[in-house]
Amino acid sequence: MAFQFLKKAGMGLMLAVWSLAAHAEYAWNFPKPVTPMAADTLLVHNKFMVIIMVIFVVVLGIMIYSIIRHRKSVGHKAADFTGPSTRSQVIWTLVPFAILLYIDFILMGIPAYHSVVLMEDTKNDSEMVIKVTGSQWRWQYEYMDGEAQGIKFVSNMTTPQEQIQNKTEKGEHYLLEVDNHVVLPVDKKVRILLTSNDVIHTWWVPAFGAARDAIPGFLRETWVKIEEPGTYRGQCKELCGKGHGFMPVVVDAVPEEQFKEWVASKKTEMSAASAGADKEWSKDELLTQGKAVYEKNCAVCHQPGGQGMPPAFPALTGSKIVTAPNFDADGKLMKDSHIDRVFNGKGMMPAWKGTLSDTDIAAVISYERNALGNSMGDLVQPSQIKALR
Amino acid sequence: MSTATAAHHHDDHPTGIMRWLTTTNHKDIGTMYLTFSLIMFLVGGSMILAVRAELFQPGLQLMQPEFFNQLIGVHALVMIFAALMPAATGFANWMLPLQLGAPDMALPRLNNWGFWLLPPAAILLTAPFILALFGIGDGAIATGWTFYTPLSVQGGIGVDFAIFAVHLLGISSVMGSINVLVTIFNMRAPGMTLMKMPLFAWGWMITAFLLIATIPVLAGAVTMLLTDRHFGTHFFDAAGGGDPILFQHLFWFFGHPEVYILLLPVWGLIPHILSAFSRKPTYGYKAQIYSFWAIGILSVVVWAHHFFTVGLPIPALLYFMYSTMAISLPLAVLFFCWIATMWKGSMTFETPMLFATGWIILFGIGGLTGLILADVAADAQYHHSYFVVAHFHYTLFAGGIMGIMAGVYYWLPKMTGHMYSETLGKLHFWLTAIAFNVTFIPQFFLGLAGMPRRIPDYALQFSEFNMISTIGAFTLGLSQLIMVYNIVRCVRGGKKAEAKVWEGAEGLEWTLPSPPPYHSFTEQPVIK
Ligand SMILES: [Cu+2]
Repeated sequence: MAFQFLKKAGMGLMLAVWSLAAHAEYAWNFPKPVTPMAADTLLVHNKFMVIIMVIFVVVLGIMIYSIIRHRKSVGHKAADFTGPSTRSQVIWTLVPFAILLYIDFILMGIPAYHSVVLMEDTKNDSEMVIKVTGSQWRWQYEYMDGEAQGIKFVSNMTTPQEQIQNKTEKGEHYLLEVDNHVVLPVDKKVRILLTSNDVIHTWWVPAFGAARDAIPGFLRETWVKIEEPGTYRGQCKELCGKGHGFMPVVVDAVPEEQFKEWVASKKTEMSAASAGADKEWSKDELLTQGKAVYEKNCAVCHQPGGQGMPPAFPALTGSKIVTAPNFDADGKLMKDSHIDRVFNGKGMMPAWKGTLSDTDIAAVISYERNALGNSMGDLVQPSQIKALR
Repeated sequence: MSTATAAHHHDDHPTGIMRWLTTTNHKDIGTMYLTFSLIMFLVGGSMILAVRAELFQPGLQLMQPEFFNQLIGVHALVMIFAALMPAATGFANWMLPLQLGAPDMALPRLNNWGFWLLPPAAILLTAPFILALFGIGDGAIATGWTFYTPLSVQGGIGVDFAIFAVHLLGISSVMGSINVLVTIFNMRAPGMTLMKMPLFAWGWMITAFLLIATIPVLAGAVTMLLTDRHFGTHFFDAAGGGDPILFQHLFWFFGHPEVYILLLPVWGLIPHILSAFSRKPTYGYKAQIYSFWAIGILSVVVWAHHFFTVGLPIPALLYFMYSTMAISLPLAVLFFCWIATMWKGSMTFETPMLFATGWIILFGIGGLTGLILADVAADAQYHHSYFVVAHFHYTLFAGGIMGIMAGVYYWLPKMTGHMYSETLGKLHFWLTAIAFNVTFIPQFFLGLAGMPRRIPDYALQFSEFNMISTIGAFTLGLSQLIMVYNIVRCVRGGKKAEAKVWEGAEGLEWTLPSPPPYHSFTEQPVIK
């Protein structure tokens, strides 16, 4: 009998949903929240889910009762009413709507109001500020104030292509691993400013409950106050082109002292790098470093072998720009030269001056001119890039 | 006998391909819309099955991310503009004159033109796939169906093709809407006041108003996109004083009403089915009409709930949250009326009724999850995750397409003059309902666990649910072939259908023979 199937299917579905919801604590729900915003979101979500499930079960119950009782095959004769006819019927008809009004604007509406206010309160008591910049297809981070001020780095996905192409076993954090983790102190309210270099991205870590768009040309903000040390992973969740699935976010939340140590080591690293920019680099040094920089930042579009993906992403092998000189006879940087294009960008090509260090830019340009099927023989020294700033 | 001869005289029309190219007959045009819709439903479905096949396991197996992005966007555009909307327009063409007691639609030539804009639009949408095979361009639009700037400014020729396709589809929809409105206001049988008009006509009337109000905004937005792409304007480019978010405002000013544009014809037709198979008059006829109006009006003032995460000011967040929640009230009135129509009826469950009943339940899930999506804070998590994908497939596949299917089974005997196979129809329903849930329930959990939508590859913790979802999707897709077979069989022949196909069916369309004569009502019926 059709109705029995319907009944069984309906009940089975509900039972399944209920038992799933009751199953292992968070496997069927949001990940374990570690910020006040995520905790609030989970609470609100759970409450709302219960409300809509109750509505669903009650309404479905009434329907199933009717389907069982009011059938032609059980001899039920059709009534002919077309609306509530007596005063008491009218009142009874209004009851469900009164209940819904209460649910919408009181039961759900009031907690939802407080959640909005909590979510948007980015400034009060914030103890540090970081800036997150989305770009195709990586995140850049910059620490804006306090002891960490000036630290900035790019965070690239490190999952190897062999894993994505199913040539090797996939690792534990497949697609959710990056070279440079963002390190944040626990129990400190961190205000996060967001923007983008190219298209819209969304910075999202589910355990933080914070998701906000990074919009080119504008600053948006959100905040986190991570209450438990640990490593948290998320992803870009606004379609941003072919690398959209491959720009993860990884945040290490660490205790205050550990954060200080990290800041100190990061600063030493940075001053070493800037010192490195003043020395004369050998060809081997430049090409080794350049290859690493190229594979991390450039190979997605221009391809590991330099053949590119025309017309969107031109080939570097034999490219007019790569095989032309950088400086004119007076030693002045020429427009649309190789260095100009990498440093300042144009069209789809991002400007790397804000993203890569002098050494990295010099190294990657040297690499492109002397590898990938090119052999210009000239080298670009970090000091030459430094001089352009 | 003499009337039959007279009718025959008027039946003169070209045969073969010229009949279909030049026809101004509402039934011929309706049939073309429905056939086009069915073909595009299978095209859009095949695209998404390729996507689901890629998502069967983590890692990239079948395609590169660029092609994946093209498939998801074109799938949506095809399903919305080339499958669901033409299906509703096909029903409007077939049934409005029959239901209103008119000989034909009011503007027959416009009607013909409206249809013949669709195939070129469908070709524009899909041609870049084929051009790419010959090395021209880099494939179809890869921005998702929403065209978000600046991604769409950056995109290849696929975007331009899609912009022109949207223009054609929009013109076609506006012409269809004008035709519907003119027909409704001028062609009703004597005595059929607006408040006696069938609900299907009412649902379509609000849809037509919404289309006329919002399609021009979409057309404007994509034209601004076109000039940003090729003529150096900066509407959506911050570097030139524009704003990429402006595009989202314009797009969703159309995009949110679009949801109701797709749903209102279905809300109009379902009550006819519920009433016919409950053998009981429609409950709350007036309440349903007022709810249509309320939802139609609310639908144009809630658009920003589609992009809470762009960072709107608090008052805007609160306004769009509460106004969105308010839609649940008129929607609840509709649910109440639908169930009250079944209540104390004398129900039988032929295929149309099975679809209508399943539709109420599954669309209910879509509506209820929509209610919690209105919550701004929780939306930060749901937004652009698989939770949203599941939600809008409960509204648009279950709430839209399954409702259309109910209509197909309900009216097919009237249109063809033959009964379809009830066994195959029921099999189709059960496979569809079950496979649909197997496909989309796991997607709710994927979203909650943190899987973003529109990614070609995913982290390992999402593997099991994706696998289940893909199995469901293929079952769902293949089940639709049963319907195709059933329809073809029914068109070819079968048991003769009577004028009043269903025992409890009410309305003028059931007073004409099945199939109805070429010119529907040559003498206007009078409604008392
Ligand atoms: Cu992104």
